[in-house]
Amino acid sequence: MNIVIVGLSHKTAPVEIREIVAFPTTAMEAPLQQMLELPSVIEAVIVSTCNRVELYAISRQPVAAVIEMKQFMADFHNLEMETLQDHLYDFEGKDAIQHVLRVAASLDSMMVGEPQILGQIKTAYGYACEYKTVGLILNRFLNKAFSVAKRVRTETAIASNAVSVSFAAVELARKIFDSLENKTVMLIGAGEMCELAAKHFVNNGVSKVLVTNRTFSRAEKLAEEFDGVAVSFDNFREQLHRVDIVLSSTGAPDYVLDAKKLKQVCKERRYKPMFLIDIAVPRDIDPAANKLDSIYLYDVDDLQGVVQANVKERQKEAAKAELIIADEVNQFQTWLAALEVKPTIVALRQQLEKVRCAEVQKTLSSLNGLSDKERKAIESMTCALVNKILHQPTYVLKQANNNGDGSLYIDAVRTLFDLPDPVDQKSDKLNDCSDI
Amino acid sequence: MGTMSLLFSITTVIYLIASILYLVAMVTKRQQTSSMGRWALLAGIVIHAACFGVRHSTAGGTPVTSLHESLAFFAWCLVLLFLLLDLRFRLSAMGAFAAPLAFLLMVASALSPDVVVQLNPVLRSWLFPVHITFAFLGNAAFALSFGAGVMYLIQNRMLKSKRFTGIYQLLPSLDVLDKVNYTCLSVGFPLMTLGIISGAFWANTAWGTYWHWDPKETWALLTWFLYAALLHGRLTIGWRGRKAAIFSIIAFMFLLFTFLGVNLLLGGYHTFEAFAFL
Repeated sequence: MNIVIVGLSHKTAPVEIREIVAFPTTAMEAPLQQMLELPSVIEAVIVSTCNRVELYAISRQPVAAVIEMKQFMADFHNLEMETLQDHLYDFEGKDAIQHVLRVAASLDSMMVGEPQILGQIKTAYGYACEYKTVGLILNRFLNKAFSVAKRVRTETAIASNAVSVSFAAVELARKIFDSLENKTVMLIGAGEMCELAAKHFVNNGVSKVLVTNRTFSRAEKLAEEFDGVAVSFDNFREQLHRVDIVLSSTGAPDYVLDAKKLKQVCKERRYKPMFLIDIAVPRDIDPAANKLDSIYLYDVDDLQGVVQANVKERQKEAAKAELIIADEVNQFQTWLAALEVKPTIVALRQQLEKVRCAEVQKTLSSLNGLSDKERKAIESMTCALVNKILHQPTYVLKQANNNGDGSLYIDAVRTLFDLPDPVDQKSDKLNDCSDI
Repeated sequence: MGTMSLLFSITTVIYLIASILYLVAMVTKRQQTSSMGRWALLAGIVIHAACFGVRHSTAGGTPVTSLHESLAFFAWCLVLLFLLLDLRFRLSAMGAFAAPLAFLLMVASALSPDVVVQLNPVLRSWLFPVHITFAFLGNAAFALSFGAGVMYLIQNRMLKSKRFTGIYQLLPSLDVLDKVNYTCLSVGFPLMTLGIISGAFWANTAWGTYWHWDPKETWALLTWFLYAALLHGRLTIGWRGRKAAIFSIIAFMFLLFTFLGVNLLLGGYHTFEAFAFL
């Protein structure tokens, strides 16, 4: 029993390809059912996001399954195989387990540690449950992936540092003010980045927004958006003492705020700290202001620097996460192999029992005049023989499974004793998603 | 004596465990570890209090007459105030300052001769424990404000220079550190004031004068003026942040000298030997 994956991501395919092969989340039933109808596929899940399209399957013939799934992907989107071929990757067995765990833990994401992908896989799993295309193994596997992702998030600091400029600004503000409740933000000018940052501030508790712009009507419009107050550009400086956080992005060629004015503002504020973010190029705020005790001035480069440092920090944490993943991959593999060990042992025992019965029958029919006691003795002798012979192989199979190479021995035993193939699970798919 | 030194050792070990937990929590950034440190400290002060109880009955009076006892009592006050502060502000990072300091105080205490000194009958008064408790709690509060001040300066420096090291994530925000600094100051100052006043009354009952101008008294008064100036600056002029942090660090240096330096270098009524001879 194998986990098989075929897919492409931002690492292997340009956006032109990704948008073609994406499966619309509004209509997942058809593709899921079609995928399940592939001859080698026993269970199916389709993950489709803007950065990644992946098919997860359970199969007994992984090689065949990979070919079928690739073809399915091309056919479903009416693509030539040649166009798609180069962008697709495929994994099976241990590699497949590792890949999914890494993806779910956001180690394979465009921005390592960003948590969206986990939600997207959960959604994909939800559809697969709804249309009953997952069984025992994918159920167990995806729930495992979710718990591993959670473990990575709690045991490493992979997602703890902001990796966008506006989030970095919010985090810095938190390190200055602690809570942003009851804080006032002033927007000077109306750059797009400024607006985005202001949104983040408002979402994180900032209660009051002041907006100023050379064109007063634009200030009014923006103020309305944030439920704030527009201030005329001529006297916004008089309002500064009420402001804790300034976001500035005017197109002015000179400084809009000089250090001298800010020094005065500090005094008016009784030296309460003030966080100034200058996103404008050329800059709006005199950099000398950062020397003032209660002023914390960050320009675009400063914020970029913070973001880059955070990205580096995340990469360090990602290395820790890989160790967790490696550990979990082994655990899951052991579980997967155990699924097959038991049936193999049962089949082996049945096989020998069949031989024993036939041979006992033959021997007894050729011997005449045996007492019941003697017949019983022959019976029990043969039973003991079978048990003795089976003891070691059974032990080795269980042991091998614990060591992680169960499948190797299972194959050997099945070949050596010519055991019948296990029942095709396609006929008795388990369709319950309650196995959390 | 056996029970007492056993309790003392257990307390010291617990403070050490708490220190390790808090430091590990700083490195691994795990909340659980620091809350384990908190529980360890809580267990520590309870056992430590029991230790004082035993000592009290052995000595037949307030057991803070030798350097050994003073340092241990200071450690206890420090941990107590830290736990109270932690309750209000959730200051795991500060635990990595307070717990090791308490541990070091216990070690220093263990290293100084452990003698149960009978207080001179002249000095026996209910004012003695009052004086000691106020003075030590005040000192502990100022030690914590010193810790918060140092943390503030580190955090402030990183925010200003825009270069962040690992410790940045662990330190609380400037706002919280400044509040802690202020809280410690506003708790420590009245305690210190009461400590000095109760000391003066006690001196009056023992020797008939309120004030001797002995070195400890002089230095204590000087320190008191420094903290008074800081409190005044905060309340009226709007001193805060970096300035207040630096000031509280300097004032604590004076306090440290008053507490230890005077005893070790200058002598006077407050030297511990003086208790024995008087």
